[in-house]
Amino acid sequence: MEIDPFIFRLSIFILSIFIGYYVVWSVTPSLHTPLMSVTNAISSVIIVGAIIAGLASNSESIFNISSIFGFLAISLAAINIFGGFLVTQRMLAMYKKKKKDK
Amino acid sequence: MISANLSALFYLVSGVLFILALRGLSSPETSRQGNLFGILGMIIAITVTFFSIGNFSTGLILVLIFITLGGSLGAFIAYKIPMTAMPELVAGFHSLVGLAAVFVAISAFLNPNAFNLGSPGNIKLGSLIEMSIGAAVGAITFSGSIIAFLKLQGIMSGSPITFKGQHPLNGLILVSIVMLIFLLCKTQSTNLFWALLIVSFLIGFLIIIPIGGADMPVVISMLNSYSGWAAAGIGFTLENTALIITGALVGSSGAILSYIMCKGMNRSFFNVILGGFGATDQSSSSRNKEQRPVKSGNADDAAFLMKNASSVIIVPGYGMAVAQAQHALREMVDTLKKNDIKVSYAIHPVAGRMPGHMNVLLAEANVPYDEVFELEEINNDFANADVAFVIGANDVTNPVAKTDPQSPIYGMPVLDVEKCKSVLFVKRSLSPGYAGIDNDLFYKENTLMLFADAKKMTEDITKNL
Repeated sequence: MEIDPFIFRLSIFILSIFIGYYVVWSVTPSLHTPLMSVTNAISSVIIVGAIIAGLASNSESIFNISSIFGFLAISLAAINIFGGFLVTQRMLAMYKKKKKDK
Repeated sequence: MISANLSALFYLVSGVLFILALRGLSSPETSRQGNLFGILGMIIAITVTFFSIGNFSTGLILVLIFITLGGSLGAFIAYKIPMTAMPELVAGFHSLVGLAAVFVAISAFLNPNAFNLGSPGNIKLGSLIEMSIGAAVGAITFSGSIIAFLKLQGIMSGSPITFKGQHPLNGLILVSIVMLIFLLCKTQSTNLFWALLIVSFLIGFLIIIPIGGADMPVVISMLNSYSGWAAAGIGFTLENTALIITGALVGSSGAILSYIMCKGMNRSFFNVILGGFGATDQSSSSRNKEQRPVKSGNADDAAFLMKNASSVIIVPGYGMAVAQAQHALREMVDTLKKNDIKVSYAIHPVAGRMPGHMNVLLAEANVPYDEVFELEEINNDFANADVAFVIGANDVTNPVAKTDPQSPIYGMPVLDVEKCKSVLFVKRSLSPGYAGIDNDLFYKENTLMLFADAKKMTEDITKNL
């Protein structure tokens, strides 16, 4: 009997939870705020689904209820992607080491 | 147009890049590179999606327009937002992830053909379950984050809102969500799908209102986790590896942060979620109202104490963020350092309104991160330090947590500030902290209270040094 592809996706999911567990425990506590903003940005990879939804229009019209929700989701996810990565970068740029020569 | 297999491989690559982005945060040196990995992963995922659809018609232009619109708004916010407002920003961003997940789920439900999930009214059972879970969790994330945002922004009162029958009501709603998903899968009815969304929005709202302002670190981390699970749910629906990996990463990241925050307060996760902390304890503080002698001083006294010290430990808290005192604080520390006084900073895990909040504010004020220490790293140093300068922190320094088993904060890890030779405590008044309990530290022999606004007091001390 063939294995349902769902099982493979479930395996990826479970293993990723474990990866997340170990990777996040190794994050230094002083970077917990950037961690939150960057996880925010990367979870907006949901934009992939939004793009499919937006472009899924039937040939008659680009706009139908389904694609409008897609376009809305694209804008929301884009706010998050740009906002999340840029604010993370802005924060990380502020973390400086002590200057040796003072 | 590229094949489904090839695009799946590219999604895997972007998933791996996201793992590296989080991995980079293990130290400030590697973190900037990590962020670039994350950006690269996102670019790959978006580009591959375009190529896998291969529909370069007017639709594509529209997509680009919406990305540009959202992107410029996001970039604008990212550059304008003050660092003190980071908790609100993150809560706001979580709500957007939640809402985007809801919208994608709606779109997939109304037009399943586009996602290869079947046809309207006849969606594959597995996809329907995944989609409704993704939509429900997304909706909870959205409304929950909105409430968290309003509370952090001060638009809504930070005090817990509780009413009779709250927990049974929430329990009932949770059961009805499960029921609705079950019925939805049986009937494929559009009305049930909308009902599911409405009920999920409602429960998100209801579970956050009873949680008080200072529990926000837990709430934000928890919503962070939810936004990940919502993304993963949608990832299963879309059969997209990048989304599944990312959802799992974000979900576990938020869960770990919630755990760390709960441990920092010595409270169980359920205790926080069930809420009401801080509201019920207000009454018990009144019995402590008998006047106890307090030594208070001015900037001059504080400057004198610090000038004669050889080592000073600074304990910042949420009050520092409220007063925007971080820059003034760093100027004071610069002056101290010129006088060859050793200065370090001690950060409690739940200082501020979100994990790592204080670290970011200090970094913003150009405090080198190797002068900033976590609770376990620095707690033994208080006994050898001459002066502890507590600015905007309160409950996290309360020795009662170690001595009085009756206290609501008993067992919470606290900074051993009282072991310092002298303690300077900047505070506006003697009012109890968030937990509603008196801080014994105020009345210690070696404590000097500085009643003033944190920023003003710090500036005055600098002048007197």
